[in-house]
Amino acid sequence: MMTPDIAPGSIASLNADSSANPARRRVLLSLAAAAALPLAACGRDGQLKNVHGIDLTDAKWSADFSLKDPDGKTRSIADFKDKLVMLFFGFTQCPDVCPTTLARAAQVKAGLGADGSKLQVLFITVDPERDTPDVLRAYTTAFDPGFLGLYGDAKQTVDTAKAFKVFFQKVPTGSSYTMEHTALTYVFDTRGQLRLALRHEQTAAECLSDIRQLV
Amino acid sequence: MTKTTLTSHALKLLCLAALSLVVSAARADVRVEDPWVRATVPGQSASGAFMRLTSSAPAKLVSASAKIADSVEVHEMSMTDNVMRMKQIPALDLPAGKTVELAPGGYHIMFFKLHSQLKDGDTVPMTLVFEDAQGKRSSVDVQAPVRPLTAAMPAGHGAHAGHGAHK
Repeated sequence: MMTPDIAPGSIASLNADSSANPARRRVLLSLAAAAALPLAACGRDGQLKNVHGIDLTDAKWSADFSLKDPDGKTRSIADFKDKLVMLFFGFTQCPDVCPTTLARAAQVKAGLGADGSKLQVLFITVDPERDTPDVLRAYTTAFDPGFLGLYGDAKQTVDTAKAFKVFFQKVPTGSSYTMEHTALTYVFDTRGQLRLALRHEQTAAECLSDIRQLV
Repeated sequence: MTKTTLTSHALKLLCLAALSLVVSAARADVRVEDPWVRATVPGQSASGAFMRLTSSAPAKLVSASAKIADSVEVHEMSMTDNVMRMKQIPALDLPAGKTVELAPGGYHIMFFKLHSQLKDGDTVPMTLVFEDAQGKRSSVDVQAPVRPLTAAMPAGHGAHAGHGAHK
């Protein structure tokens, strides 16, 4: 129970401190650069302006996934064409960040009013060992009936996190284990393009203001 | 039972009461405010408790226990470079007169291996153990109501809480 069994080697390459890991430093630098871009790059169609999050429009990377929903159906970003997608990684045993993020997503959806139906929230578990399909379904739909949990096996989970530059790792505690993970929410526009990363510190109103630009 | 034994019992009780008053005056009195536990869905085996603690004298929260779970730990959450980190802490410092908040975005009491689903409206009895500067331990029983899984942070303690929750 205490030993991480999710391909520790792969995780290690993602989880080193930013100072010690050139790949992670590059990610942080590119995110920082992207954050500084929006104003400089104004004037193009669909350009985001004054976002509170991190504008990934001009980032040199995008990401996809191939994971199962609680019904066992394999899903990828193409399944949500014509929808705005808010996607983040978490685990249901989380007492703090994950419910806060899901509650905020529900507030954003409500704040979009009639456009709320265009928003699809996806919750990718980093703890597939404990997050069974039934637990995932019950958890995400407690926040909104339309929110969808996604899971993969250990390798798929690691690969998906890598694709999204998401760090996660198992942390043993006195009696069990918990997970540490990147707490960014990624936003895809209705054409399936990765556009934004919302920080955990952003309020629902700030997220809503960012996302409205993509509706 | 004779009148004499009754009186002697009453005297003993009085003595005990007086003694406990003295003891509590020497110890740190910890005020526990607004405790709550996050509800769970069926099959979810962990959850957290939140509250505000204010101690009259320097003390620390050293442990917590509850019958609803196999184990209970004091945890600290922090956010660094957009990564949420979580760790068990050996003790939570309570400076004299300062309200320390256990809230989303900072500290919480973590329940592992819950015995059953926690539903909105339930009450969770738990015991908090504090240690004062002299190393004396005392415990406080707390009845924490269960709030919905979807409960957001209380107003004013918002998303900018960041690392720690000392106010």
